[in-house]
Amino acid sequence: MWNAWKLLATWLTYGVLVLAAGAAMLLGKADAVLVERLRVQVADVVAPILESVSRPVDRAADVVASSRRLVDLVEENSALRQEREHLLQWQAVAQRLEAENAQLRDLLKLVAEPEARFVAARVVADPGGAYAHSLLVNTGRRDGVEKGQIVLTGEGLVGRIAASANRVSRVLLISDLNSRVPVAVGEGRARAILAGDNSVYPRLIHLDPDETIASGDQVVTSGITDAFPPGLPVGTVVSVQHGDVRVAPFVKQSRVEFVRVVDHRLPALIDDFLAGRTETPILPPLQLPAAANAQLSASAPAEAQAEGTAAPPTVVPLPVPRPGDRIRP
Amino acid sequence: MKRSFWHRLDLLARHVVPVLLAFALVLLSTVPLRVPLLNLVFPALALVSIYYWTLYRPDLMPPAAAFAIGLADDVLSGAPFGVNALVFVLIHAAVNTQRGFFLGKSFAIVWLGFALLAGAAFTIAWLAVSAFYGLLVNGTGALLQAGTTIGCLPLIWRLLVQCHLRIVGQA
Repeated sequence: MWNAWKLLATWLTYGVLVLAAGAAMLLGKADAVLVERLRVQVADVVAPILESVSRPVDRAADVVASSRRLVDLVEENSALRQEREHLLQWQAVAQRLEAENAQLRDLLKLVAEPEARFVAARVVADPGGAYAHSLLVNTGRRDGVEKGQIVLTGEGLVGRIAASANRVSRVLLISDLNSRVPVAVGEGRARAILAGDNSVYPRLIHLDPDETIASGDQVVTSGITDAFPPGLPVGTVVSVQHGDVRVAPFVKQSRVEFVRVVDHRLPALIDDFLAGRTETPILPPLQLPAAANAQLSASAPAEAQAEGTAAPPTVVPLPVPRPGDRIRP
Repeated sequence: MKRSFWHRLDLLARHVVPVLLAFALVLLSTVPLRVPLLNLVFPALALVSIYYWTLYRPDLMPPAAAFAIGLADDVLSGAPFGVNALVFVLIHAAVNTQRGFFLGKSFAIVWLGFALLAGAAFTIAWLAVSAFYGLLVNGTGALLQAGTTIGCLPLIWRLLVQCHLRIVGQA
């Protein structure tokens, strides 16, 4: 008799727990914001543990990477020399365009762009998993990081801040099922939406069927919506099969160690527009940090300086050139 | 025989090890490993842990603990809230009812049993996530993760056996 009661109690427990799990799923569906807040609050609590565990792993990965680099040092050196030559050409093109851009801005009497603010952060958790692609970074509300800010590395777009707690924030990667990024593809700047589907290569959707897209086409943000400023490098098209266009992001999730969280302050600009202070809403191009600007102007060719076309104070980043790109002056 | 206070405290500390270990494994699976794609197909170590303790010390891995571990996994991994909680509770129920069959069997049988359960677990999770989003989500990652989880069972099994014998002790 006692055993029968015990069995009943066990099955009742299972039943209640299954119902509770179902209720949790419904809650997640009904109030995604609440669940997202819960996630980052928990992450905030365990962040010190994650950080202390991830540091030695990072160090070990660095040691492995540097010993691997030692092996093919000569090869890498010559590859880097080639790339440097290539990049110097690009630099010259960029500086010329930048000067031209500054002059055109002057001609058009464009309003000054709002300052973009950067916060650097370290990746403390890479939860992976089959159903969500996200990262935890060790910066949060205390550093001014808020939901919706964009996350970049030197290579390109990583994703957006999904939620931020005091010390940590969760980054929704562009490969996540919930991620949608308006992009422009190739030289024709075909408009599309880059939709994550939890695979390594996100898909391009809402693409005009008349557009011709080929493997190797560059994908950059289009800035159509207010979520992303235009021109951020995203990736390259890797496969085009029966309307299924896949993009390889420039940023590889597993390699990300440090990121920049950018507050591009678009809402303020739109407020300005609504208040009638600006005639047309202008999407602010992203600015490089002051240090990068200084480096760029310091390395500018002497003749450019002499001609008075030295770098203006802000630099509008072009899509990052990849090795093998053609340069068209 | 009446146990002393310290003895009881020692026993209690040993008895929470299985659940704490499972939580630690959930946390561990989020550490960035800097190896391409590894984080995406990292084995579900907590699932192995729940399987082990439900089989050999069910008194130390109650269903509510499996639920809490699953919920912690959902919160940290960013998976739809409640999915892993559901899967872990169902797996707990399945192992609990089949304990009599598995106890005393060879490791190969136990491994095979886990392979079947893990297959079921990942299928349920995939269906639950698909239902959550209202579309058939890409299951490649889940399939690979099921593979790595089943494949790495012998490795983590050794650890769990050592932990069982040295720290937790027999019932």
